[in-house]
Amino acid sequence: MSPKKARTVGSGDPLRPSDHIDAPEAPAGADIAQPKLGVVGYLRFFWRQLTSMRTALVLLLLLALAAVPGSLVPQRSSDPNGVIQYERENPEAFQVLDALGVFSTFSSPWFSAIYLLLFVSLVGCILPRTKHHIDALRARPPKTPARLARLVGYTERTAGTDVETAVAEARRVLRGAGYRVERYGDSISAERGYLRETGNLVFHTSLVGVLVAVGIGGGYGYNGQRVVIEDTAFTNSLASYDSFNPGRFFTETALEPFSLRLDEFEGSYQLDPATGVYQPIDFTAHLSTREPGGEWTDADLKVNSPLEIGGTKVYLLSNGFAPVVTVRGADGEVAFSGPVAFIPQDNNLRSLGVIKVPDGLDDQLGLLGFFYPDPLQLTDGTYTSMSPYPGEGSLLTLTVYRGDLGLDDGVAVNAYSLDTDELTQIAGPNAELPALELTQGDTVELPDGLGTISFEGYKRFIGIEFHHDPTENWVLVFAITILGGLLVSLFVPRRRMWIKAAAAEGGVRLEYAGLARGEDPGLEAAVAELADKHTARLQTPNVG
Amino acid sequence: MTTATLAAYSLLAVYSGAAIYVLAFIAYVVDLSGRSREALAARPAVSSATTAEGSGAVVAPPAPPAAASAPARAGKAGRIAFALTVLGFAVHVLGVVLRGVAAARAPWANMFEFAITGVAVIVGVYLAVNIFRNVRYLGAYITGLAALLLMLSTLNVYIDVVPLPPALQSGWLVIHVFVAILGTGFFALGAGLSIAQLLQARREAGGAGSRLLAGFPASEALENTAYRVNVIGFAFWTFTLIAGAIWAEFAWGRYWGWDTKEVWTFIIWVVYAGYIHARATRGWRGAPSAWLSIVGFVAVLFNFTVVNLFFKGLHAYAGV
Ligand code: HEM
Repeated sequence: MSPKKARTVGSGDPLRPSDHIDAPEAPAGADIAQPKLGVVGYLRFFWRQLTSMRTALVLLLLLALAAVPGSLVPQRSSDPNGVIQYERENPEAFQVLDALGVFSTFSSPWFSAIYLLLFVSLVGCILPRTKHHIDALRARPPKTPARLARLVGYTERTAGTDVETAVAEARRVLRGAGYRVERYGDSISAERGYLRETGNLVFHTSLVGVLVAVGIGGGYGYNGQRVVIEDTAFTNSLASYDSFNPGRFFTETALEPFSLRLDEFEGSYQLDPATGVYQPIDFTAHLSTREPGGEWTDADLKVNSPLEIGGTKVYLLSNGFAPVVTVRGADGEVAFSGPVAFIPQDNNLRSLGVIKVPDGLDDQLGLLGFFYPDPLQLTDGTYTSMSPYPGEGSLLTLTVYRGDLGLDDGVAVNAYSLDTDELTQIAGPNAELPALELTQGDTVELPDGLGTISFEGYKRFIGIEFHHDPTENWVLVFAITILGGLLVSLFVPRRRMWIKAAAAEGGVRLEYAGLARGEDPGLEAAVAELADKHTARLQTPNVG
Repeated sequence: MTTATLAAYSLLAVYSGAAIYVLAFIAYVVDLSGRSREALAARPAVSSATTAEGSGAVVAPPAPPAAASAPARAGKAGRIAFALTVLGFAVHVLGVVLRGVAAARAPWANMFEFAITGVAVIVGVYLAVNIFRNVRYLGAYITGLAALLLMLSTLNVYIDVVPLPPALQSGWLVIHVFVAILGTGFFALGAGLSIAQLLQARREAGGAGSRLLAGFPASEALENTAYRVNVIGFAFWTFTLIAGAIWAEFAWGRYWGWDTKEVWTFIIWVVYAGYIHARATRGWRGAPSAWLSIVGFVAVLFNFTVVNLFFKGLHAYAGV
C-alpha cells in the first residue's frame, strides 16, 4: 500500500465501534436481514457485541456498582479484625454475605468477572484501532469537499495576488500551525490532531498495562511486619517476621538477607490544651542498616519517608515502649529477662503488654502489664498517663497469673494476648493480693513464693512494615502514561481545515472552512484566525 | 494574634461569606424570573444552528423559541447577583486563608477545612469558567449550594485548629487533596449544567417546565458545556487518584489497598469514565449521560459526607 494513495473522506478517521456516535449508522433492519449465522458468524457477532461501546459502558457502570459493597462491609484484605467483629455482631447476615463473597469484594468471582470482561473488551477495542490509526498516520488528508460553504466557520476573503501564491502561502500557514497538508487542485486540505487518537490509545493501553503490572507485582511480591526493639537487629528471612503475606509465586529466595537495627527512637508531641491530649508531631527512628556484604550505615526512618534496602521498602508503622523485666525463681536463677513490647492504648502511651514465663519457675507464669510513662493515680485507684514522656516515675503495674499458658499444644499463640482459661490470678483485682506496682529499679516478690520480678528500665520499639513489589515502578510509569494520554486525548482538538483559492477580478477569491472530529468548541474561532493570518500574509508579500 | 483569635476571625469571615451568598442567591432568582418574563414577551424568531459533527454535517433541531438565543444579557438583578458572588467569594477566601495562617499549614487537613476550602473552589470554578463561557445562569445553583454546604459544615463539623498527625505531614497532602477539591469544583458545576440540561430538554420536548428556564441556553448547548467542564474535572480526578496512590505508598507502604476512601475515589472515577463513554455512545447521549454526570457528583458528595463520617478506614481524618 502506498502511503500516498488517496483515500476517501473519513477513512483517516479513528476507527470506532459501530455504536460509537461518530460511526456511520447501520441501515435500519441490517441486523434482522442478516443471513443465517454459522459458528464463526456467532463468534463474530459475540465479539462485536463484546467490543461495542455499549458493552464497555455497561461493564464500567457495573464495575462501579460492584465496588460499592466493598466499602460498606469490612474487607479481609484491609481490615481483618473488622470482619471478625462483624461476624460477632451480625452472625446471620455474616453467613449470607460471606457466601456472596462481599468480605473479599475485590477478589470475588463476580468482581473479577466484570473487570476481566472489561479488559477483554478493551483489548478487543484497542487492537483494531491501533492498526487503523497507524495506517491513518500515513494517509493523506482527505480531498477538499466541493462545497465548503456547508462547513464550520465558512469564511470568504479576497486578496490582490495570484492563485499560485495564495496556495503556496496557504500551505505554509497551515504547516506552521502543525497541520499535515496536501494540495488538491487549487486548494489545500489540512488535518491536525492525530495525537488525539494516539493519546486515547495510549490511555486505554496503559489501563491494560496497570492491570498486568499489578497482577505480576502481587504474584511475586510480599509484605510482612516485625516489631524491632531498641538495640536489637532484624535480618530479612522468613523466620524473622511476626507476620508475613507472600504473593502466589513468591519463593523464599526472593528475600534479600539485609539487616537493620534500631539505635534510638524519638517521638515529639504537642499538647492540645482543649483536650489535654498530646498530639504526635514527629516520629524518627534512627537505624543502622546493612546490605549483604556491606557495612553498617546510619539511616533515619520517618512516617512518610520509607527506606529502601535491598529492593525492599521499610515503613515506620507504629512505636511504643518495651519495659525491661527480669524474673527470678525462688533459687535466684533467672527464668526470664529482656524487653517486652507493650502496645500503646492512647495518645499518652498508656501501654498494655503480656509477659510469659513458661520455664524456670515451679509453675508457668503469665503477667498482664500496664506501662504508664507519666503516671497519675485517679481517685478510684487506677492509673493513667498524663503525657507520652517517660521519666524516673514511669510505672509498671502487673496482674499475675499462674497455671497453664497453653504454649505446649503446638498451636500458634498470639504473643500480645494472654489466654486466662487455664490460669489462676494470684495478684490483681480478682486475687487476694493487689496488682504489683514497680518503678524503674524496683524488685518485688512474686506471690506464692514463686520468686522475684525486677523492672530494670525501658526501651523503645518500632513496628515496621516490609514491602517488596517488583513491578511498582511499572505501575507508576503506566499511571503517568494514563494521565498523559488522557490529557492529550481530551484537550488536543482534532480538526480539518481547507483553504481554496480561485482567480477573481483583481486577484483571488479565498474560501476557508473547518470540520471538527469529535468535541471541538474552539473550531470557529480557529477558522477565523486562520483566515486573518493567511490574508495578512498575502497583503505583505513574503520573500521566500 | 493567637491561633484561637485568627481561627475565630476565619470563622467570622466564612459566616459572612455564606450570608453574602444567600443574598446573591436571592438576586439570581429575581434575575431568572425577570428574564423569563422578558423572554416570554419577546419570543425571538426561530433560529436553527448548523453544527458539523461526526462524519457529516448534522443539522440540529430548531431550539424552542424562548431558549434559542444565547443567554440574555444580564439584567440589573443579574449584575448585582454576580457582584455579590464575587464579594462573597473574596470574604470566604479570606476566611480560608486566615484558617491556614492560624494553623500554619494548608487549610484542608480535616473535614471542616476541606469543606470551607472545597466550597470556595466550587464558587471559584464557577467564576473562572465565566471568563471563558457565560454560565451566569447557574448562579442560583452555585450560591445556593455554597451557602448550604457552608452552613452545614460550620454547624456540624467545626473543629479547632490542631496540629497534623505525622501521616498527614506530606507535600502530597497539599497536592492530592487540593487537586481533589479542584476536581470537585468542576464536577459541581458540571452536575448543575446537567440538571439544567435535563429540565431544559423536558421543556423543549413540549412537556412541563419551569418558566425560570427561559433564560437558559438550549439543552444541547448545556450538554456540551457540561461535558467540557466534567472532562476537566475528570482530568483532575485522575491526577487525584494517582497522587493518592503515590502518597499511600509513602505513608502506608502500599499504593492501593481498597481502603474505603480509595474505593469511593475509584467508584467516582469509573462513573465519570462511564459518563465520557456515554457521551460517545449512540443511544446514550443526552439524558442518560446527563444522569451519569449527576450520579457522579452525588457520589462525590456522598464520599465527602457519609463516607467521611460513618465509614471506617485509614483515611479517618475527619477530626469529628
Ligand atoms: C477499563 C475500562 C475503560 C476506561 C476506564 C475507559 C476510559 C475512557 C476515558 C476516560 C475516555 C476519554 C478519554 C480518551 O478519549 O482517551 C475514553 C474514551 C474512549 N473509550 Fe474508553 N475506557 C475503558 C474501556 C473502553 C473499551 C472497552 C472501549 C471499546 C469498546 C473503549 C472505547 C473508547 C472510545 C472509542 C473512546 C473515545 C470516545 C470519544 O470519541 O470521545 N473504552 N475511555
